[in-house]
Parts: sequence; structure tokens; C-alpha cells
Amino acid sequence: MSGHTTELVVFSVLFLLVSGMGFVAARWRRPDNIESLNEWGLGGRNFGSWITWFLVGGDLYTAYTFVAVPALVFGAGALGFYALPYTVVIYPMVFLVLTRMWSVSHVHGFVTPADFVRARFGSPTLALVVAITGLVATMPYIALQLVGIEAVLKTMGITGHLPIIIAFAILAAYTYQSGLRAPALIAFVKDTLIYIVILAAVIYIPTQLGGWESIFDAAKAKFDASPSQSDGLTLNASNQLQYITLAFGSALALFLYPHSLTGVLASRNRNVIKRNMSALPAYSFLLGLIALLGFMAIAAGTKPVVGANGRPDGNTIVPVLFDQMFPDWFAGVAYAAIAIGALVPAAIMSIAAANLFTRNIYREYLNKDATDAQEAKVSKITSLVVKVGAVLCILILDPQFSIDLQLIGGVIILQTLPSVALGLYTRWFHRSGLITGWALGLGAGLWMLYLIPNPVSGKAHFGGSAFGLSNLGFDTTMTIYAGFLALAVNLVVAVLATLAFRAMKVADGGDATSRGDYFADEGDPKVKPMDLTGTH
Amino acid sequence: MTNPESAQKPRSDRSPWNWLLFLPIVLPLLPFLFNSDEPRLFGFPLFYWLQLAFIIVGVSCTTLVYRMTR
Repeated sequence: MSGHTTELVVFSVLFLLVSGMGFVAARWRRPDNIESLNEWGLGGRNFGSWITWFLVGGDLYTAYTFVAVPALVFGAGALGFYALPYTVVIYPMVFLVLTRMWSVSHVHGFVTPADFVRARFGSPTLALVVAITGLVATMPYIALQLVGIEAVLKTMGITGHLPIIIAFAILAAYTYQSGLRAPALIAFVKDTLIYIVILAAVIYIPTQLGGWESIFDAAKAKFDASPSQSDGLTLNASNQLQYITLAFGSALALFLYPHSLTGVLASRNRNVIKRNMSALPAYSFLLGLIALLGFMAIAAGTKPVVGANGRPDGNTIVPVLFDQMFPDWFAGVAYAAIAIGALVPAAIMSIAAANLFTRNIYREYLNKDATDAQEAKVSKITSLVVKVGAVLCILILDPQFSIDLQLIGGVIILQTLPSVALGLYTRWFHRSGLITGWALGLGAGLWMLYLIPNPVSGKAHFGGSAFGLSNLGFDTTMTIYAGFLALAVNLVVAVLATLAFRAMKVADGGDATSRGDYFADEGDPKVKPMDLTGTH
Repeated sequence: MTNPESAQKPRSDRSPWNWLLFLPIVLPLLPFLFNSDEPRLFGFPLFYWLQLAFIIVGVSCTTLVYRMTR
């Protein structure tokens, strides 16, 4: 496609430049020995406010933000805007939880949520369950990042799966080399690019489309004309509950993912986390405006690229809009921003998943006497395997809205909430009660997902994450986020099973943590000094 | 531990300021507050501008709690 030559050149140059930075990152703040899990996996755990802000922000604002959310807003309207209240709710919610997690992790040297669960509930089995859940839930989320890169490449006229596999090979290579250092350094470049592109998009594009008023009017006209009940410029009776549960459920899920915790644990002290929880919503404002790119595409009459299966690919809506509105060279910059914005979180996610495997499966069950170097090696290899798993997800899955990949991951990861998040506050639950709750919650979640059809492709199962309450016998068109309902099942079962196990006097595990561990801060004698690089 | 008082008091993250965190958690989850097209602000329907405004509530509350409890 000659029409996209300039875009392709600019995109490729920027992309290669940033990949090169990833390799250099291995030498940045260089430790004496990168061959340990603390170094490779957590970058030495002494990042200050700024780096943490970029790092945590970098893995929260991803292809999900740029591709999946606007595609949902384009297709369904108000419902897709749930991504905004989601990011408003999340920071106050995790403000205290994450500082506790930081403290207890630094006292005991935890790297993963499963490490914590193992010590807190004295149960290697529960830790294994949490670790496997984290691994599985991360894969569709990484897959979503791939869909984002794929959408950009499709828009530039490249088709097939080959480009995405090449892009992932580059990512895999430099993550392997540098660990968390690669994504941390690239996050600066990525965010700079993204800010430039977004500011240009939300200032320039509306002026070309007759202002915000006419953008919203065009969207309203589209949804008024559409026969579908679930779309509209505002919410209706059937999707309000879904809107709230999506926002709340997504917020509960986010910091259970092993990758979000990685960025938090790499902070220097508790105040760095708190300060970041106050400052991170600065991204939310942008996120809201990015979501509205979906409406701009409606106003601009954007037509998504038709995919290989003959159906239009809604994920290409934003790239096509950029192609229409921007000069070619700037569209190339924007595509690079989207692609790099997908690569960084994909790297962080795969590193976190790898840490999880090494600590809680490899060392626990396969090689109890693993050396630091062996652990780092296994983590590196696992991070490759996880990426391959995500590539397979892309080749096999075909969701109507790519956002459902993330939401299905959410249904799964939410089942670790009682052990991980509630575990930071109470040791009341019985370890076997938590395992029972996890099993039934996960079962209920998968059953609900199985019942959800995809109306566009005509597939009867696993077509989304909005569960119709009519399935439970209610006479209503109301839908609810499956993850929310599954978590409710999990909690109820965990409570009942805990009471039952106590009554039957089934042995519970010990608790290796003490109350003071949850409030320890930098400088506290219990907080392990990180004997690493650290000259700032 | 230069300050003997703080050395004796067991550490905790309890603070009355923490209650303030509930405000930005609850507000965005009440659609009846914002589920309407009118009134518009700068062309944005109420649904969109009010939810964007909730970000300011969120930032203010978390910043205040951080300042008061650090």
C-alpha cells in the first residue's frame, strides 16, 4: 500500500529507536549483578516517585485505553465510558491497601501476591492457586496489547499475523536482556509520545469536526437510529447495573494482577506510593478524552478496516481516524505511540507473570534449592513462554470487542481478592475456606462467561462479559459484569466454608506475619535494606 | 528513633482522614447523578463532563489524605 509509505517509515524508525533503548537499559543504573530475581524482576526495588509514576502509569494506560475503550465507545456509546469512573474509583480504593502490601512485602521479601498468601495463610496450596490464577488471567490481557499493535499494522495495510509476531520477538528479546529496566526506561518515551499524540488529537480533531457539540450530536444521531437496546449517548435501564459493576469490578481487579504490583513494590517507600495514588489520576483525564475518540470517529464517518473474516474490525477505529485526520508523518508518530504503548505493559505483564511462576511454582515444587541465578534464568524463559501463550490467544480467539479479553481476565483474577486484598486486613478466613471460595467463584465465573453469546459473530459462548440476569430466571433485560457476580459467590462461599471448617476443627495454617509488618516503612530495622545500586 | 513518644506508640495506618477516601469511590458509582444529556457544558453532555469532574474530587481527596497522614 503506497498510500501508507510515510506512516510506515516514521512508525518503523520510532519503533526501532525505542527497541534499541530497551537494550541500553540493561546498563542504566547498572547493578553489580543482574542475575538475581530482585534485580531482573524488580529493578532493584528502589525507584522514586517519578519513575514509579511512569512505571505504574505505563502499565495502566495501554492498548486497552487507546484501542479497546474507544472501540467500545464507538460501538456502544455511554457504556464504554465506564473506563473513566473505573480509574476514578481505583486510587482512593487501593490507597491504603497497597501501602500495607508494600510494607509487608518489604519486611518479608515478597515479590508476588502468592508469596504473601503463602506466608499469611501458611498454605502452599493456596499460594499455588493464586499463582496459577495470576498467570492465566495475565495471558488474555497481554493478548489485548497484541490486538492493539495488530490494529495499527492493519490500518497501515499490513495484514496477516506475521508483523505482530515480529514485533513480539523484538519485545521478547529486550525484556529477556534487561528485565524491568527495559520497560521502565521506555515508559518515559512512551508517555511523552502519547501525551503529544493525545493533546494533538483532542485539540485538533474536534476543530475539524465542528466542535464537541456536533461530535456528541453525531453520536446521539447514530445511537438514536440504531435498533440495538444496549447503546446510547447515556445509559438505559438495562445497562446501568453493568456500568457500575464494570467500573467497580475492574477497579477491584486491577491491583490483583501481578504486573500492577510489580510497579508498586519497586517504589522506595510508603509515601512514594501514596503520592502516586494522588498523582496518577492525572492520566484519567486523558483517558476520558481518549475514550471520546470513539465519538469523534462517528462524527468523522470513520469506517473500520474490514478484517480477514469479512467483518469490520472495530479495533482499527482510532488508527483509521488518525489516518483520516492527521498528515501522514504525524499519523506515523501516533501509530508508534500506540504500538509502544502496548509493548511496555506487555513487557511488564510478562515479567510479573514470570516472577510468579518462578517463585511460587518452580521454587516451591520443582527446585527447592534454586540459586539466584537459576531463578533469574527460569523467570526469563517463562516470560518468553507467557508471550508465546498470548500470541496463541490472538491466533485462536476472536472477540467482538477486544476489551472483553481484559474483562474475561478480570473475572479470573478477581477470584484471588479474598486471599490477597482481604488477607491484608484480616486473618479470619480459613485457608481451606479461601480455596473453596476460589474454586466455586471461578466455576461460577466460567459458567457465566460460557452462557454469554457474541451477537455479531453468531458464536453462542464466551462472547463477552455482560451476563444477562434473565439467565437466573429474572424477568429483565438487565445485565451485570460476570466478574462481580462471581466474586460475590466466592466471598459468600469463603465465609460459609470458613465457618464450616472451624466447626469441624480442620487444621488451619499458621501466620508468618505480625501486625507491625503491615505498617513498616523505609528506615525501619525490619525493612530489608536493598543492597543494590541506588545512587540517584 | 529519636522521638521517644513515637517509639512507644505502635504504628498504624488509622486516621479519621481516611474516611474522605470514600467520597470519590461512591460518587462515580451513582448513575442517577449524571445519567443525562442536559445540561451541557462546552458541548459535553452532563454524563461526560460531570464524570470528568469527579477526577478533580478524586485527586483532591487522595492528595488531602496523603498530606494529612504522611
